[in-house]
Amino acid sequence: MSDNLAPPPPHCPGTQSEEAGKSSACIGCPNRNICTSGALRQPDPAIAEIGKRMQEIKYKILVMSGKGGVGKSTFACQLAFFLQEAQYEVGLLDVDICGPSVPKIMGVEGESLHQSMLGWEPVYVEENLAVVSLGFMLNDPNQAVIWRGPKKNTLIKNFLHDVYWNKLDFLVVDTPPGTSDEHLSIATYLKESNPDGVVIITTPQEVSLLDVRKEISFCKKVNLPILGVVENMSTFVCPKCKKESFIFPATTGGAVKMSQDLGVEFLGSIPLDPMVARSCDEGKSYVSLYPQSQTSIAYRQVFTNLLQRLTPRSNPR
Amino acid sequence: AVVSTQSTGDQKKKTRVMHAHKIRNFLLVLSGKGGVGKSTVATQLALKLTKAGFKVGLLDIDLCGPSIPFLLGLEKKEVLSGSQGWIPVHPDHPEFSSLQVMSVAFLLKSRNDAVAWRGPKKTAMIKQFLNDVVWGDLDYLVIDTPPGTSDEHISVTEHLVNILHNRPKAVLVTTPQAVSLIDVQKEINFCKKVGIQISGLIENMSGYVCPHCQECTHIFGSGGGKALAEAEEIPFLGALPIDPKLTSYLSSNQDFFQTYSRPLSSLKALDDFVQSLT
Repeated sequence: MSDNLAPPPPHCPGTQSEEAGKSSACIGCPNRNICTSGALRQPDPAIAEIGKRMQEIKYKILVMSGKGGVGKSTFACQLAFFLQEAQYEVGLLDVDICGPSVPKIMGVEGESLHQSMLGWEPVYVEENLAVVSLGFMLNDPNQAVIWRGPKKNTLIKNFLHDVYWNKLDFLVVDTPPGTSDEHLSIATYLKESNPDGVVIITTPQEVSLLDVRKEISFCKKVNLPILGVVENMSTFVCPKCKKESFIFPATTGGAVKMSQDLGVEFLGSIPLDPMVARSCDEGKSYVSLYPQSQTSIAYRQVFTNLLQRLTPRSNPR
Repeated sequence: AVVSTQSTGDQKKKTRVMHAHKIRNFLLVLSGKGGVGKSTVATQLALKLTKAGFKVGLLDIDLCGPSIPFLLGLEKKEVLSGSQGWIPVHPDHPEFSSLQVMSVAFLLKSRNDAVAWRGPKKTAMIKQFLNDVVWGDLDYLVIDTPPGTSDEHISVTEHLVNILHNRPKAVLVTTPQAVSLIDVQKEINFCKKVGIQISGLIENMSGYVCPHCQECTHIFGSGGGKALAEAEEIPFLGALPIDPKLTSYLSSNQDFFQTYSRPLSSLKALDDFVQSLT
């Protein structure tokens, strides 16, 4: 992966597109001939190989949101902890390349990935909980990852293709906000792997729902099934007076109404608890540290609802 | 005849490229982390600069999740195409009508439409926003960005530095918790690497006052932004608490600018920053 790659021309139709090599943007592009030849329009052989590798994994769940900072990584990590405690074999893959938070939240910051004969070895938080993130590949954790799309896509492909997860019951994939390179790549590379679907995370206020509706349109467009919507930071319970208030008011009906409008399942609401942010900063499992809190109860309810939405499968292969 | 049309074509191209040359200062609102309040800060900053008498533009380059039109109550407006290029949208309220706003949301058919674009297409759109929008004469162009350090950030910086020969400045936004600070730390290193001058760091969502008992809870911790600014030797612009009044202004259907006329004490840090620019 070189830093000196020339960027593709603006308006490049994409090497896999019908227009590849034919559009006006292709004039003068050094790769025009190879695009015109049609060789690149063949499906990437990696897709089938990834499909084979993914056969070892029973359920594949993606966590997405159009909006940033709504708790995607927190949800993905708490789900992983929850499944791990339930004695499942769990893998957690972080494809947020510019802002990987999973290593911190899982308490494995500073670890690194190793190569073995079988592929890239994930970092193990527990015997049955494996994590992979770009955060493990940086020499300096503060280093900015200034990468354009193609480089991010290559890494995602490598994550899916080269990581040796062994047999897993669950693979949870945490994504960055948006509907761009990372999301298109995940959708493309998992084409033959039958992902179970996407959990969409939102907060109650309209400015967040606005972006989340776009994410749902995106999933429908790229044929990723939607398992359901989770409303995070729904209410705030004051630790002093124990009364509820709404920090991010749901002036437009919140996630419940949005789910009804768009015909997707609503999985539940999770109230805001300051201890969640603290557990994440300390890299500890919130759901097991505070099992009695309202927020933990809500998390478990949402996880149970989510698991019920999965189509039961027999053991891999 | 062919030659003459070509030359007018060239001329047109030239005047277009000149658009952004009439902008004196570029202020990027950046954060490695999503959902920390970049768009809110960008919007409030643009409004405050306008009120202080500057000629201001507000450009939203968050192409997959544009929030600026919603936050300003301008979602129903459309971008018009003039002979010189795209005419930006402006608010109707007389006090803020000089503010020029541009976002990809003005170009979408439905507000639910997803913009599923890969990098090169995003880059092309950003160039178009800078070259083909009739910004006019501006003191400040405030640019709201998506989270991260990827295509949008590289493209906008390259264009400003290499084509417009301008050294942009940045206002960084963070929330106090460590998970957010790591990403903002990355953004600071990005700025240093590509030559963006950092005007300062704002700590947003710093505490929430319970409406029932007035107890202030630091939901996402506190003080992290200040400590990071000190460690990195960049100016700390202040902390903004979570203000339910502001969130309700931003999500109410009332005329946003009417309600905005009453200044909010929670935004004092931004007032001070604007003051420092005058």
